[in-house]
Amino acid sequence: MPIVEISGLTHNYEGDATVLALSGIDVSINAGEFVAVIGRNGSGKSTLAKHLNAILLPDEGRVLINGMDTRDEALLWLIRQSAGMVFQNPDNQIVATVVEEDVAFGPENLGVPTPDIHTRVDESLRQVDMLEYRGHAPHLLSGGQKQRVAIAGILAMRPDMIVLDEATAMLDPVGREEVMGTLIRLNREEGMTVIIITHHMDEAVRADRVLVLDEGRIVLQGTPTEVFAQYEILQRLGLDVPTAARLARELRDAGVVLPAGILTVDQLVGALCL
Amino acid sequence: MPIALRNVSFTYMPGTPFQRHALRGISLDIEDGEFVGIIGQTGSGKSTLVQLFNGLLRPTSGEAEINGIITSKPEVKLRRLRQQVGLVFQFPEHQLFGETVEFDVGFGPRNQGLPDDEIAARVRDALTLVDLDPEIGQRSPFDLSGGQMRRVAIAGVLAMKPSILILDEPTAGLDPRGRDEILEKIASLQRERGITVILVTHSMEDVARLVDRLVVVHRGAISYDGSPREVFRHASSLTDMGLSVPQSTLVLQALRKRGWEVPEVALTEEEARQAILTFLQRRDMA
Repeated sequence: MPIVEISGLTHNYEGDATVLALSGIDVSINAGEFVAVIGRNGSGKSTLAKHLNAILLPDEGRVLINGMDTRDEALLWLIRQSAGMVFQNPDNQIVATVVEEDVAFGPENLGVPTPDIHTRVDESLRQVDMLEYRGHAPHLLSGGQKQRVAIAGILAMRPDMIVLDEATAMLDPVGREEVMGTLIRLNREEGMTVIIITHHMDEAVRADRVLVLDEGRIVLQGTPTEVFAQYEILQRLGLDVPTAARLARELRDAGVVLPAGILTVDQLVGALCL
Repeated sequence: MPIALRNVSFTYMPGTPFQRHALRGISLDIEDGEFVGIIGQTGSGKSTLVQLFNGLLRPTSGEAEINGIITSKPEVKLRRLRQQVGLVFQFPEHQLFGETVEFDVGFGPRNQGLPDDEIAARVRDALTLVDLDPEIGQRSPFDLSGGQMRRVAIAGVLAMKPSILILDEPTAGLDPRGRDEILEKIASLQRERGITVILVTHSMEDVARLVDRLVVVHRGAISYDGSPREVFRHASSLTDMGLSVPQSTLVLQALRKRGWEVPEVALTEEEARQAILTFLQRRDMA
């Protein structure tokens, strides 16, 4: 059963019906999928993300999360609990002065009994590999560690999916890898539905499905291999393909025999050394 | 010499239980018109370092001279320095506030008490420098796209006519085209106007492509200082420091492990392409 079902979703900008932030979006996402959303600044990616946990509501069309209509106010908290969001700046998301208190904040607000909160905090911190930092002050952690704490805070609410809006944009390379590695593990091992919005094509490559947004519409979607084969379209949209894919294409143009669908450094090196 | 640091250390909250040594014994010279990249893990001290460059911070010990102003002397006023050294923070568009683009970009020059026609000229010039149509001046900055807002914020710093421009992660959160456009603009400021540019970034690809010199900050000290080609040879120590090397370099290094005779470093895809083609040609001839 799809965890996200969006049909005919249209979103006007600040009541101005001539500027559509989203225009007739139809998409469904299955439980356990890892989806990446890419697109230029202003293409509607973040607006779409905000519809997934009812921060924004449709002007037209319908958004169902686990079958719950986001316009039904009575379901608001259930929806927010189902779809946890992590944003760009880790410093804006941390509320407590100790890591474990920060992770406990969500379940406390949900009214979870104290002994259960302890269990959830332990579990969540273990899932993001931050258990040993439970007593630390969040502001002393690295960017990647802070984002993992933010993810743990979401996990402690036992969501069905987690939506990350450019959660790695401010991180150094190792921090980015920590966060991506954590998400991939949560998805593969625990079946968590993950939706990432990113400008990093090498992150999008690791998803099961890539959605490309432009001017509020989904203009392209498919597996990373399918989407990143559309080099010309992506270029025209102001997007990019991963470095390894571009290099493979240039080598092919120069007469080197390489298979189609190369997206990563490992794939390129493997194909060259056959 | 615009920037000369001699054995500079900086400690946050010295003499308190919260004392933290952010920089230890840094010596660094940056010449006029250089294009320098600074990389380092979160918390490595690179933000502290650039704040020393524009006098937001003074060294705890050691000597710092920026554009002839000795900032390590406590009696020296730093106001003039902050006009000469423009610092563009991360996500500078969050600091936009003006009702119009023109008002926002002209804020610095107006504070300096410049005459109206000079302010208008500077605003026009600064907007042109970042490739924005001066016509945009009458619009609200908040109606612009993310990439345009970022450029308005940079124009606000350029309107002060700094001789040194420091940018902290200028491309974070921008789409690939927006990223390329901003970087091209920054490179041309350095090339055509001779501005000293210091680029702080987590993107190995950007520094590889652009800068002449790369400084690596690790645990409050400088661990490498050289051309990107020299620095990126140290892939495994860079990884240990939370950093990385450009993808093109990763490709060559993986090929070398498989016995290919290719150079250790490629700064761009074009270099990697050439290296691979050259190797294949030689192998086919043998």
